[in-house]
Amino acid sequence: MKGAKMLIELLKREGVEVIFGYPGGAVIDIYDVLFDTPEIKHVLVRHEQGAAHAADGYARTTGKVGVCIATSGPGATNLTTGLATAYMDSVPVVAITGQVPTKLIGKDAFQEADVTGITMPITKHNFLVTHIEELPIIVREAFHIASTGRPGPVLIDLPKDVQQQEAEFTFPEKVEIPGYRPTYQGHINQINLAAQAIEKAQKPLLYIGGGVIAAGASGALRELAEKTEIPVTHTLMGKGAFPEHHRLSLGMLGMHGTYWANKAIMNCDLLIAVGARFDDRVTGNLKTFARNTETIIHIDIDPAEIGKNVKTHIPIVGDARLVLEELLKRVESKKHPEWIQEIEGWKKEYQPPRKESAKLLPHTVVEKVYQATKGKAIVVTDVGQHQMWAAQIYLLDEPRCWASSGGLGTMGYGLPAAVGAQIGNPDKLVVLFSGDGSIMMKIQELVTACNYCLPIKIFVLNNSYLGMVRQWQGCFYKGRYSCTQLKNPDLAQLARAFGAEGISVKNEAELEEAINKALSIEDRPVLVDCHIEEEENVYPFVPPGKSLDEMILWEPGKEG
Amino acid sequence: MQHVISVLVENKPRVLARIASLFARRGYNIESLAVGPTQDPTISRITLVVEGDEDILEQITKQLHKLIDTIKVGDFTNTSFVDRELALIKVNAPSALRGEIVQTAEIFRARVVDVAEKSLMIEVTGTPDKIDALEQLLKKYGIIEMVRTGRIALARGYQSL
Repeated sequence: MKGAKMLIELLKREGVEVIFGYPGGAVIDIYDVLFDTPEIKHVLVRHEQGAAHAADGYARTTGKVGVCIATSGPGATNLTTGLATAYMDSVPVVAITGQVPTKLIGKDAFQEADVTGITMPITKHNFLVTHIEELPIIVREAFHIASTGRPGPVLIDLPKDVQQQEAEFTFPEKVEIPGYRPTYQGHINQINLAAQAIEKAQKPLLYIGGGVIAAGASGALRELAEKTEIPVTHTLMGKGAFPEHHRLSLGMLGMHGTYWANKAIMNCDLLIAVGARFDDRVTGNLKTFARNTETIIHIDIDPAEIGKNVKTHIPIVGDARLVLEELLKRVESKKHPEWIQEIEGWKKEYQPPRKESAKLLPHTVVEKVYQATKGKAIVVTDVGQHQMWAAQIYLLDEPRCWASSGGLGTMGYGLPAAVGAQIGNPDKLVVLFSGDGSIMMKIQELVTACNYCLPIKIFVLNNSYLGMVRQWQGCFYKGRYSCTQLKNPDLAQLARAFGAEGISVKNEAELEEAINKALSIEDRPVLVDCHIEEEENVYPFVPPGKSLDEMILWEPGKEG
Repeated sequence: MQHVISVLVENKPRVLARIASLFARRGYNIESLAVGPTQDPTISRITLVVEGDEDILEQITKQLHKLIDTIKVGDFTNTSFVDRELALIKVNAPSALRGEIVQTAEIFRARVVDVAEKSLMIEVTGTPDKIDALEQLLKKYGIIEMVRTGRIALARGYQSL
């Protein structure tokens, strides 16, 4: 069997149903095999970065491994932003890149790049296949590494001549990598210590991240929170891991988190971090973070995360679901009425102000979409102000309904990720919130969405600004809006040119009509270009480097 | 504080690059690094000497462990271990001074491994201190060039990594 055929055969055995990719000289052989492989759907994107983001969006919303293919050289380097995005957010992706024939490697051949070298710091692991005999074990190891332990992207660089070589097909049943044995079961002594700490605590708080979703630990987490009456705050990546409508949910914490979540962090006596990595956007000033906390418990599958940013008193390395289940067996039912009351007090102390404006407000757009979709959509976002408004307002009760670039903050992530999410969830409603800056970074993927008749609902919060940068320029650079005002094309017309539906919206009445129309269209994407109040900012806001209780709650001089 | 770290890795291409890039991107400085195969040809042993406090060392060790090709990581700092380094030193040696240089080398149990009309090459093994001391003494004759392997180390006793 030829190498290219062997690769596709191996992908089928790994259960791959869809590949996002873009052909090129160094992967023609693979595409030639795909031509006769109806079992695997190939989604043709318009730029390789889109392929990587689509595979990522597919993986985040389905829990399966996302697969993307690109050719050698520029095809492969175009993947890198998508791989780095997946790496920062621990998303299981397998990327396959063509490489020049082995004899030409290192000779600066046409479309050659040292892809394993380039992607070393942005993949969990990568492989260069030099002999066809290695291919089966490499593909198996790639899927194993991508999807186990702390998930992440893995790249396989496959030279053209290896794709053309012949060998007998083998399928290694077992994958054993001597240096790779993730710890799943938490240490029982540590779990006992954690149970004792929970028993003792007066003001406990759960701080949860994307690891809870990756581990499928939402159920166990909810049981623990309810049994011990511990309030829960989540990171951007942890959105949906715990129902946001739950009475114990405090919403998101950190730079644009809720007032009461950040207050709770600064006042709790026990902090239980689960699958979260104390990112700087979450902690604010590390020196003051959680300054009243006596004990920090950190549950994470990656030992290198423990103690990386914050000193932990009870570290537990293991799978979040397994650890929480063990912990559940060891804790008694408890109530914390005073603590809950204190938090309720903060909720009364400050609620985000409701603004009146003649112009369309971004909050209104997210709110109306939320109401019209009954909070049941898979929400994808780009990066910027709209991302934070979506995170703050569109509350989710289920895991895997949220795809947003957290760690890397990749503008342009949204549209291709929404393509991946809709391909992976054909029967679900996929809503993309984007900004005028972000959408323009990957607008070509609207072609992909149109080609596959994907009914993605795209809401662009268009303020003709690179809004988040403008907000910072306003707050910290004396309002010197250097290069952040954007002159945009007519996005609705642009959408129509692509073959999508395009609607332009300037006020609330038009918005409602547009949402209804968007929801009724089932055979193509709809882009609703919402012209919002141009200088609206995201609040609350913890300025970078400040403590979480030094939040700016509203625009100085305008409210409150 | 200086730490001697021993890492067993799979003997595969790019493993050294992965380790080196791990240090580079985090800004940790490697003071010395020595690599070679072990009794098992599929496994290599890397000996690293790094400077850093406990927190940095903990991160280094964990990050090294995180690499898929890493099999084991050990820090020798608080254990009893034997460490050695090898150096080749090429030194100016006019015939009048040759006897003196050879004598100095002998005191250090170093060996002359190449003789030319105007130079000698001396091989020395030992702890880094000893090599430093010999280098210091040979300096006055003029060192033409020299090379050191970096430290290699094994823990004392029966236990292995």
